[in-house]
Amino acid sequence: MNNLLVLPVLLPMVIAVFLMFFRKKVELQRVIGLIGGIANVLIAGMIVLRVRSEGIQTLQFGGWSPPYGIVFVADMFAALLVLAVSITGLAVLIYSFASIGREREEHYYYTFFHFLLVGVYGSFMTGDIFNLFVFFEVMLISSYALITLGGDKKQLREAPKYLLVNILSSTLFVASVAYLYAAVGTLNMAHLSQRITEAGQGGVLNVIAVLFLIVFSLKAGLFLFFWLPGAYGAPPFAVRALFGALLTKVGLYAIVRTFTLIFSGDPSFTHGWIAGMAAATMILGGIGAVAYRDIPRILNYNVLIGVGFVAFGLSVSTRDALDGVVFYMLHDILSKGLMFVLGGMLIAAAKTDRLDGMGGLMRRRPGLGWMFFILALALTGIPPLSGFAGKVLIVRGGLEEGMLALSLVALASSLLTLYSLVKIFREAFWGTEPEVQQEAEAIQGRKSKKISKEIKKKRTFDAGLANVSAVLLLAFVIGIGLASNSVYGFASQAGETLANPIFYIEAVLKGE
Amino acid sequence: MPRGSDVFLQNISKIVVFIILAFALYLFFTGHGSPGGGFIAGLMSAGALLLLALAYDIETVRKVVPIDFKIVTAVGLLIALCGGTGSLLFGEPFLKHAFGYFQLPLLGETELHTALIFDLGVYLAVVGVTMTILLTIGEDN
Repeated sequence: MNNLLVLPVLLPMVIAVFLMFFRKKVELQRVIGLIGGIANVLIAGMIVLRVRSEGIQTLQFGGWSPPYGIVFVADMFAALLVLAVSITGLAVLIYSFASIGREREEHYYYTFFHFLLVGVYGSFMTGDIFNLFVFFEVMLISSYALITLGGDKKQLREAPKYLLVNILSSTLFVASVAYLYAAVGTLNMAHLSQRITEAGQGGVLNVIAVLFLIVFSLKAGLFLFFWLPGAYGAPPFAVRALFGALLTKVGLYAIVRTFTLIFSGDPSFTHGWIAGMAAATMILGGIGAVAYRDIPRILNYNVLIGVGFVAFGLSVSTRDALDGVVFYMLHDILSKGLMFVLGGMLIAAAKTDRLDGMGGLMRRRPGLGWMFFILALALTGIPPLSGFAGKVLIVRGGLEEGMLALSLVALASSLLTLYSLVKIFREAFWGTEPEVQQEAEAIQGRKSKKISKEIKKKRTFDAGLANVSAVLLLAFVIGIGLASNSVYGFASQAGETLANPIFYIEAVLKGE
Repeated sequence: MPRGSDVFLQNISKIVVFIILAFALYLFFTGHGSPGGGFIAGLMSAGALLLLALAYDIETVRKVVPIDFKIVTAVGLLIALCGGTGSLLFGEPFLKHAFGYFQLPLLGETELHTALIFDLGVYLAVVGVTMTILLTIGEDN
C-alpha cells in the first residue's frame, strides 16, 4: 500500500483543521505550521526518490481499483512539482511570519494558507478529473479568503473581479467535465486517455478539448489573463508570493497533464491553439512588464511571461521540449516565489511601490540588492542559474520543429524580463536616495531612538525571518542551476512519462 | 431585540423545532440505504436553529446551543479526517472503510459502518458552517 502519496495532502489538512481551535495563539500556530512545512518537504523528497527508483506510484482510495475509485498518481512530473511547492510553501510561510501582521494571523490566516496548499498538492497528485475539479475548488476558495482577508480598500475592490472570473471558469469546468463524461463515460484520467484513443480524437472531443483549454487558461493566466495583474496586486506580498508561485502553476500543470495524457490525439489542432495563446501571452506579458513603473505590476506581468513560456514548450511537445517544460516549471515555482518575497522586502524598505520614488537602496540594503540582481539573471536564464536549462531545452525543441517565429518571441520575452527587472534594480538600488525619503528616514531615525527596545527587537527579528525565507529560495534557485545535470535526470524521467502516456495508463490501470 | 408579542410563532416553533431535529436525526441514520445523509441532515438541523432565531432572537440560539459554531466546523472536519485516516493504522489504503453486524441492546442486530464516522463529520461541518454564516450576517450591523 502506498499511503505515502496521500500524506502531502493529509498533513496540511490536519494542520489547517487543528489551527482552527486556537486562533489567538499565534506563536503556537507558527510553530505547528513550520514543523508541518519541514515535514512536508521531507515527505515530498521521499516520494521523488521512490518514484525515481520504482517508477510511477499509485494509491487507490478505499481500495477501489481504477477506473471505479479515485486514484492518486505520482509520476515524476507530479512528484517534482510537489517537492518544489513544499519548498516554496515553507519559504513563504516563513516570510508570512515576518510580514503578515498579527491582525490577519489571528483571523485564520494560517488555516487558509494550509488549505490552499491542500488544494495545490491534491491537484498535482490526483488521477481523476472530477477530483481535480474538487481540489481546484479547495485551492480557489482558500485563495478567495486570502485575497480578501484584511479588508483593505484595494482588496475589496479587486476581490469581486477575482471571484467572478474564477466562479465563471469553475462553472465552465464542471460543464466541460459533464460533456466529457457524456462523450466517453469515465472520469479517471488514464481510462479517459484510453477511451479517447480508441474513439479517435476529433469532432466533439476536439471541442471539449478546447473547452478545457479555455477553463485552465483562465486559471493559469494563459492569454485569458485580464483579471490577473489587478487581482495579484491586491493582497499582502506573502499571499502574492503564494498566488504567483503556485496558483498559475496549477492551471499550467492541468493544461500540460490534459494535453499530454488525455487530449493527445490531434496535436496539429489543439497544440496550434496552445502555440498561438502562448505567443500572445509572452508578447502581452512582455509589453506589460516593460510598460509599467510600479513594482507590483512589473512583477505580475513577469508571472505571465513564465506562463507563456511553459505553454510554448507544451505546444512544441517533442521529448526535449517536454523535459524543458518540467525543468522550467520547477524553476518557475521557486523563482516566482522568490521574486515576490524580494519584491515585498524591497517595497517595505523603500516604503513606496512606485519606481519614481526610489533610489539608492544599495547603501542601506546591499544584500537585498544583490539577491534581486541574481534573481533577475535567473529569471532571464543566464547559464549558471536555474532558468537556463529549461529555456534552452524548450527553445531548441522549438527550433527543431521549425517554429522559428515563436522561438524568437520566446527569446525576446526573456530579454524583456531582463530589461524590466534590471530597470527595477537600476532605479531602486543605484542612484541617490530621493530627498523626501531621506527626510522621512531622518525623522524616523530620531523617532526610532524613542521606540522601545521590544519593538526594535521585533523589527530586526522580522527582517531576519524575511532574509531566511529569501535565502532559502535563492539557495534552491542557484542550486538547481549548478546541479542542472543531476536535476536533468529527474526532469527527463518526468518528460518521458509525458511524452509516452502509455506508461501512465499502464501504471494506473494495471496498478499495484 | 426581543420580540415578546409573537405568541403563536414562538409556541409553535417550540414544538416544531423538535420535530425538525428528530427528522434530521432520521435522515442522518437512513442515509446509507435510502435518501438522506450527513449533508441534508446538517442543513435540516441548522434550519431548526434558524427557526428558533426567527421566532426568538439570536441571543436565544446562543443560550440554547452555547458553543462557538466555528469550533463545531473544526470538530466536524477533524472527525471526518479520522474517518478517512483510521484505515492508515491498519495498513489499508486511505479512506478504506469497514463494517460489521452487532447485537445492540434496543435495536437488535444492526449494521455499523465506519462511513458513519465520516458522515458525522460532514454533519457537524455543515451545521457549523451554516450557523456561522447565519449568525455572522445576522449580527452584522
